[in-house]
Order: sequence, then structure tokens, then C-alpha cells
Amino acid sequence: MVATFEPKTDYKVVGTRPIRHDGYDKVTGRAIYGGDMKLPGLIWGVCVRSPHAHANIKSIDTTAAEAMDGVFAVITGADMPKAPSKLVDLGEGNINFKWASNKLMADDKVLYRGHPVAAIAAVDRYTAEEAARKVTVEYEVLPSVTNVVDALKEDAPILLEDLVGDDLGEDVTNTNMAAHVRHEFGDVEGAFASAAHTIEREYNMQMVHQGYIEPQNATAMWDEEDRIKVWTSTQGAFPARTQIAGILQVDVSRVKVTPLEIGGGFGGKIPVYFEPLAAILSKKSQRPVKMVMERSAVFETTGPTPGARMIIKLGADANGKLTAATADIWFEAGANPGAFIGPAAMCVYAPYEIANTRIDGWDVLVNKPKVAPYRAPGSPQVAFAMESAIDELCENAGWDSLQFRIDNASKEGTRRGDGVLFSKIGMQEVLEAVKTSDHWNSPLGDAPAGKARGRGIANGYWFNIGLKSSANLAVNSDGTVQLTEGSTDIGGSRTAMAMHVAEVLGIGAHDVRPTVGDTESIGYTDVTGGSRTTYATGYACWLAANNLVDVLKERVAILWDINSDDVDFNDGVFSSKAEAEKTIGFKELAGKLDDLGGPANSTGSVDLESAGDGFGTHIADVEIDLATGKTDIVRYTVVQDVGTAIHPAYVEGQLQGGAVQGIGWALNEEYFMLDDGRMANSSFLDYRMPTTLDLPLIDTVMVEVPNPLHPYGVRGVGETPICPPIPAIANAIKEAIGTRLYETPMNAGSILKALK
Amino acid sequence: MHPFAYVAPGTVDEAIAVLNEHGDRARPMAGGTDLLVKARANVWELDAVVDIKNIPELMNLSVGSDGLSIGAGVPCYEVYENSEIVADYPGIVDGASIIGGIQIQSRAGLGGNLCNAAPSGDGICPLIVYSAVARIASSSGIREVPVEDFCTGPSQTVLETGDLLVSIEVPKPAANSGAAYTRFIPRNEMDIAVAGVGVFVQLDSSGQNFESARIALASVGPTPILAATTGNSLAGKPVNDESIAAAASLARDAATPITDMRGTIEQRKQLVEVLTGRMIKQAVERARG
Ligand SMILES: Cc1cc2nc3c(=O)[nH]c(=O)nc-3n(C[C@H](O)[C@H](O)[C@H](O)COP(=O)(O)OP(=O)(O)OC[C@H]3O[C@@H](n4cnc5c(N)ncnc54)[C@H](O)[C@@H]3O)c2cc1C
Repeated sequence: MVATFEPKTDYKVVGTRPIRHDGYDKVTGRAIYGGDMKLPGLIWGVCVRSPHAHANIKSIDTTAAEAMDGVFAVITGADMPKAPSKLVDLGEGNINFKWASNKLMADDKVLYRGHPVAAIAAVDRYTAEEAARKVTVEYEVLPSVTNVVDALKEDAPILLEDLVGDDLGEDVTNTNMAAHVRHEFGDVEGAFASAAHTIEREYNMQMVHQGYIEPQNATAMWDEEDRIKVWTSTQGAFPARTQIAGILQVDVSRVKVTPLEIGGGFGGKIPVYFEPLAAILSKKSQRPVKMVMERSAVFETTGPTPGARMIIKLGADANGKLTAATADIWFEAGANPGAFIGPAAMCVYAPYEIANTRIDGWDVLVNKPKVAPYRAPGSPQVAFAMESAIDELCENAGWDSLQFRIDNASKEGTRRGDGVLFSKIGMQEVLEAVKTSDHWNSPLGDAPAGKARGRGIANGYWFNIGLKSSANLAVNSDGTVQLTEGSTDIGGSRTAMAMHVAEVLGIGAHDVRPTVGDTESIGYTDVTGGSRTTYATGYACWLAANNLVDVLKERVAILWDINSDDVDFNDGVFSSKAEAEKTIGFKELAGKLDDLGGPANSTGSVDLESAGDGFGTHIADVEIDLATGKTDIVRYTVVQDVGTAIHPAYVEGQLQGGAVQGIGWALNEEYFMLDDGRMANSSFLDYRMPTTLDLPLIDTVMVEVPNPLHPYGVRGVGETPICPPIPAIANAIKEAIGTRLYETPMNAGSILKALK
Repeated sequence: MHPFAYVAPGTVDEAIAVLNEHGDRARPMAGGTDLLVKARANVWELDAVVDIKNIPELMNLSVGSDGLSIGAGVPCYEVYENSEIVADYPGIVDGASIIGGIQIQSRAGLGGNLCNAAPSGDGICPLIVYSAVARIASSSGIREVPVEDFCTGPSQTVLETGDLLVSIEVPKPAANSGAAYTRFIPRNEMDIAVAGVGVFVQLDSSGQNFESARIALASVGPTPILAATTGNSLAGKPVNDESIAAAASLARDAATPITDMRGTIEQRKQLVEVLTGRMIKQAVERARG
């Protein structure tokens, strides 16, 4: 049975904007990130990386490196434990230890440029780098494939000889196709045959990167007792522990992961990269080993989100009702299977009610880095295709695209493209809020000479996950509360957690001191990802706080010599049900606990289904220089159903941050691949993410449809906002220049071409 | 990166002595904003880095009746915060104020920009169109090289081992002249030019006709290019849309770009034409005061 909650409004702490608990340490530079780690006897590790995107390793000679002064350990693929092929759920995506191990260190074959072939630990970074240059590797270079079309050709070079692909349930071998899935409902062909309007278009997108500022890092100590201690920047200490233990083939209890502060992740810091390598180097050298990735390797070897090829076909009746849709979706997985075609299928039609639908998705290997989750993995891609097609359908039929979206909006009971039926959702409320928003009702304004303006809108969706979380509370004698929870804090979640506790206990947000625990100080907690953290860990905090109230009622019962069932608790004050004037506040009670049974602690843990479906619609105004093709975003508004905003400033931050990443993806970001499989732009100079100077203030309209699955109505909010920007901008560009773009990035060069 | 010695001499002679001692394993450092990036990327293996910011002569910035002298170590902000330079050399200010952001501009200067010899260097085209000259010291004395001849290829210059750029000398622009520089970047700051154009124009006393012009192009060849034919084509022409469009079209032909991740040949040629037109107009506006 899933508990449901009535919406409330009379909150004391929820909905306020306290300063974040980690704010001072972050602003003053005192917060400890992975790069700050220092331990006695610490040495440095670096990787030797493949210059080729696809090659057989004929031989590796490490003798010259090993002989160098200051070098403590050298490892190659031969030092990696042989992990079995086993699929484990990591919350936002799965991991197969065999592939995960192979991704970190090549076996007898390199599959992407930058693939590690050896690693070295030395007294300092520069000695390690010099030793790395002394490792000689003999390669037999193979032809590489860097897009889904080439990868699926008959004579394509095969990345993984032992891969068995799953083609709608049939095994296939000698293939780059890891999986082909299908979801089909209704009579698709019949619906298209009777449709009054149809459209069919192909869309293509390049890989893009999460672009977190802090590079991947890890410090590891494999001690004499065979315990492995790891300090790292991760989106989940426990999922990191699962991966490290699985790759190293040891029991999870042998591994202790201490999560450090995170300089951004966006999904990319769910997979581990350096942690197992640092551990093996530590075992060999008997010293703690620290590794910090260089920026080019961050781009070339970690986390991009899939590039995609998509064909969307839509059908509508004469009255503007969507009746049929098909989506063919090919996603680049990179060098191992796992391209998020599942989430893509869940998201592609989610904003619409369509009776007859088919989705085909293909998970395709290419000689590029293995993709990692990136904010709503798979959803921005399909949103670009679907929302562009919706607008084009409306243009051709002469329909207002906002009204069309309202008329066809999904609601409670609508079937999603993968078959799931929606419970209470806010798509319609969001679209109504767009219709009445200041932005939508303001004129676009005239462009200066030589420029053109356009406005576009688009929907976006993410399903938001629930999963497992844990929280512990302990009362201090001064009336404050220590909170230990398991969610690593990327976007201010510590404060949101403290606010859950404070709301229950009737104390201030700053009376709660939140700490993110390591894997030996708190119960299992899933990743900070899937937009689950405030929802699920907040729920665990709420439970722990309610449990603490029960513990404290017992203490009040001792104090007043009554039965604990006769103690009431309201707004931070305990009272006697029998004698209403008999009261004691939370703080006063905290000071008396020593005489009332000693320390008062509690715990809360949850395993939840979903964090509630998240829908949003964005409005983008663009201005394009017709001579240079340059696009400026002149006004931008995010409208989203956020459930209840626990800390509205952080919710706004999520909406703005998602929009900014989507804008970058729309306009300039891409993996610019050379023919030989090298990424040409693996630096922040040439991988062009927007800066503050490229953006207007992103306005937000928070629609609050409380989520009945959470005590305060919290809904996941962090991922949905990256989905609408790409199509909203594509639709705006079309209005500005009269030509539609079907490929990202929609940069100045492609706009110039379109203007020709 | 390889461990290196940091040397901070107080005179030109001392600096040259250290440079000669280490040959190509030593390099002068002005702001270090190119040098340190390249050293970390192992472009060079250095034994010594010679900080030039303690040499008074190289930190001198003076505006006189015969021109502007910019010491090789003078950071960009000193250039664009100087009101006389802003008034008389606006094209140089255009370049100096878009190199990086505020942190970069507090360290980096036009000397380093020139010696780094990037085809995209935003400081170089302005210096070329103002007919600036580089003063170079070596153990055999001082020599002068026009800035347009200074860069010989990507990251390559006329400098030889033991050479030290002392200053950049910019002649005082005549009356009725004006200049401007801009670049096209996909973002609004902190980016590398896809194409850049600098223009210097000298008008007649009526302000209605071009007497002469110098036009230089960035990021469309192996070095910043002086488009001499384009500039000369304006001499004697009236200032109007037609003459400007004709020059812009010649600039397009003078550009010899490549296609790479930052842009295609076609896009860069188009940008050169557009930016040339825009910069001629802005230079004219400035010339007319
Ligand atoms: C974040 C960032 C943004 C940037 N943005 C831009 C930009 O927008 N536009 C642009 O053009 N550049 C940009 N750059 C590059 C760089 O900042 C500029 O080229 C700058 O002008 C270099 O000046 P510097 O004083 O730092 O030179 P340095 O790095 O000190 O030196 C550059 C080169 O010149 C040599 N050198 C220096 N002084 C002398 C001398 N006196 N004699 C002989 N050789 C010498 C050095 O050995 C080195 O090879 C950027 C760099 C960074 C890191």
C-alpha cells in the first residue's frame, strides 16, 4: 500500500528560503572537494590513454616506466579482476560489472579514444605523467564508427565481439546493436490511414557533455586488512560502493566510501571511473593514491549523453486531436551497451494523450565514450523531435500550437507511450499557466535592423524516481538536532532535508545541522539523481522526525509521570492531553534529556516507487543576426509543476539551471568528432557552454500541484527543465527565419546555411 | 608539465642572458595566460620561465605627441583604462578589452598576445592597422619589425632564441582618422574568434572621402593578415554603402580560412565580409568624431 497525503498550506518552514547550511564553507573556499584531499604518504595516479578510437592492443611495455625513480606502481588490464557479466540497478541506469570494468581499463582492445590502457602511481603528478609517456603500447588500429547509421551497416567494424544483442527478444551476434525494444498500443496503421493531417520528419543530435566544473577524482587506500577506503566526488556513496566492490570483486562491506563535496555532476558522477583504479594502484604501492582527471579526459572518456537519430510521425484528425504517433529512436551508447532508450520511450509522448502509438528504440554501440546519465537522460532528445514535429504539424494545419498542446494534454488516466497510466499530474495546469503568463501575453517586440525575432514554446517531461533513502536524527542538549542523511548534496539538498525535520519538530531550519554520511555512518541511500533526493530522502527525514517525536513523547511521559499516549505534540510544544496548560517546548525538553533516559535518537528509511511525474513548458524568445547567424536569447520563461517547493530559491535554481543547460545544448554544444574518432573540441574553450553573458535572467513560474505521494507534496523538479529548451528554441528559430532546423547544435553556422 | 626555474630579472640584459643560457628551454613570461596553459599541455618542456614584469622598461606605457609606446609586459587593463589611449587609439582599446575576462586582462597584455602569434589573437589586427612596430632586443642590440611582418605562422614569429620583445610603438594617428576592431564569436565573451576584422581609415577634411585605409583579418589564415589590396581599394573613394560593400567583398577574397570545429570556410568568408563592412562604418564614425 502506498501512503497518500492531503495537501497542506499552513507551513512554518516549508516554502521559506533559509541560507544553505553549507553556504559559508563554499563561499569561503573551506569546503573539502576531491581535489583538496591530503593524506599522510599520499601519492599520485595517472592513466596512460589510447590515442586511437578503435584498436587491438598487441603489446604493452611498462618496464621503462616501472624503472623510473619515484614510480610506485604500474597496472594494466591484466591487473583488473575479471568481473562477471551481471546487471545491477544503479537508480538512474544499470551497470554491468564486466562492461564497467572494461570501460575503466582496456582489456585487449581499446574502444574509444582516451580509453585507459595502463595506470601509474608515483610520488607526484609530474613524475607520474613522465612515467606515463614511457609506457609503449603497440596498437593494431581498426576502423572506427562514430554514428548510429554507420554502426548498424552490414560491414560495420564490430566493437564487442562477444556482445549478444537483443532484437525484440531474439539474440543477435556480430552486431553493434545491443538492444531493440518496441512499445505498441492501439491500431497505429488504421489511425494514420484515417488521419486528416500527418507529418513525418527525421531529427539528428550530436553527443553533449554534462560539463560539470569539477573533474572526476578519487583517493583510495587499500590497507593491510584488505579494507578499501575511498574518498570521492560522487552522486551516491552507496551506489559508488556497489560499483567499486563489483569491479574489484570484493564484498561491499570491504569498501568504505566517503563522499566529498561535489562540483557538479548532473548524472555524470553516478558511474565510477578512477575509484577502482586508485584502489588497485594503492594495493600495489601500499600507499594512498589520488587521481584527478584532466579536462580533455573528462570530455573524451566520461559521461556524455547519447547522440541520436530519430524519426517521428504524427497524425491528427480534422479537429486538431492527435490520433496516431510513431517514433523510431536510435541512440548512441558509446563503447558499452546502455543508451537510455527505455527512458526515451517513457518520455517521448508523455505530454500528450494519443490513442494509437508505436515506439521502436535501438541501443547502438559506437567508438565514443560510454554514455552516462545526464539530467533526464534520453528525454531532451525525444522532446526535440516530438515538440518540433508538433509545431510543424500545427503550422501546416494552421492550428495555434499552445491551444493544440492544451487540447491534447495528458491527464490523470492517460496512457504513456510505454503503457503506464498517469496518476494525478500537472500538464494541463502548466499549459494554462503558460496561457496566462506575462511572457506569453507580452509582444515579442521589434527586432533591430538586420535581425529577426521569433518565439517558441515546447513541453518537457521526466518521470522522477523514488527508491531508497535513510536518515538519522540525534537531539543536542541545546535544543538543536543533528541530521545525518545519505544523499550527497549537489544542489542544496542538505538544507531541504533539514527543513523537512524542522517543519515536523517545530524548530528553525538552522536548528537542524545536516551532515551527509559516509557508507559506514548511515543506512543505504540511492543516488542523488532521478530528481528523487528531496522527495525520497526528504520523506525519510520526515519519517525520522516523526519517529523522534514518538521517542520524545516517552521522555515527556517520564517527566510528567503520565502515559506517553497522553502526550500531544504541536508546533514544537508537547502538552498533556489531560491538563492542557501543562506544556514543555522542544528546546526546554532537549536540555532535560540527561535526566529523562539519556540521548534521544531516531531513524527513518524509505523505499519508494516514484517521485511524481514532472511536466514543464518553456517559452523562448530569440533574436537572430541575419548576417552572421548568431542567436541571442532575449527572453525566457520556465513554467513547471513543482509539487510543493520546499525551498523555492533552490527549486528556481533547478528550473533555471536546467533551462541553461538546454539552451547550451540547443545552440552550441556538441562533440565535434574527426573522421578518425577523435573529439576535436575537448576543452571548455571549444566545447561552448553558455556563460552568464549569453543568457537573459531565466524567469520561472512555479505551478504547485502537490504530489499526494509525499507528506509535503514534493515532486521531482531537477530534470524536467532540461527537456523543453531545445525544441522551444528550434520553434522560435523557425518563427524568426522561416526555416526549420532538424539537427543540433543550431549554431551560427547552421543558421547561416539555412538562411542561404 | 616538467619542473622549471622561475627567474625574475630586473633588466633587459639579464633577461637576455638567461634566455641565451637555456636556448629553447626558456621562455619569457608576460601575463603567462598563454605560456602557462601551453606549459601544462606539454607544448614545451621548459627549464626556465623568465618573468618580464620586473623590468621597468617593459612595463612602461606612455602616450606622447609622436605616438603610443606599450611595454611588452603591460597588462590589457592599463591600456583600456587610460583615457588618452581611449580617445586616440580606440581600435587598440577594442582589442585589449575583449581579450579574456577581467582576470585575464589584469595579467595578460598585447605584447604576449603578439608573441603568442595566434591567428585569432585579438590584439594583433588592431596593431597592424595602426602601423605599429615591434621593438626587439637581443644580445646584438635593438631591431624594429612592423607588426604585420611579426607573425610568420601559427605560434611562429620572427623572434629567435635570446630575443626579447621590449615594446610596441604605435605612431600617432593623423587628424580625421579612426579605427575599430571586432570579432565574431558564438558566445558573447570568453571565446576564440571565428573571424576578426580590424579597420583603420583616414578621411579627407570633409569627412566624405577615404584618403587611405588599412584592413587586417584574424582567424582566416595562418597568421593575422594585412589585407593591403582591400585597404588600398578605398583610397580616393567616397564614403558610401557602395564603396564599403566593394571593400567588404574584397576582404572576403583576401581571407584564406580553413574549415574546422570553429567554423567552415564559407561561414568565415561570409563573416569577414559582414564584419569588414561593419568595422569600416564604425571607423568612419570615429574618424568623423
Ligand atoms: C581564459 C582565457 C581567455 C582568453 N581569451 C582570449 C581572447 O579573447 N582573445 C585573445 O586574443 N586571447 C585570449 N586568450 C589568450 C591570452 O590571454 C592572450 O593571448 C594574451 O594576450 C597573452 O598575453 P600574456 O601577457 O598572458 O602572454 P604570455 O602567456 O606571458 O606569453 C605569450 C607568449 O609570448 C611570449 N612572450 C611573452 N612576452 C614576451 C616578450 N617580451 N618577448 C618575447 N616573447 C614573449 C611567451 O614566451 C609566450 O610564448 C585567453 C586566454 C585565457 C586563459
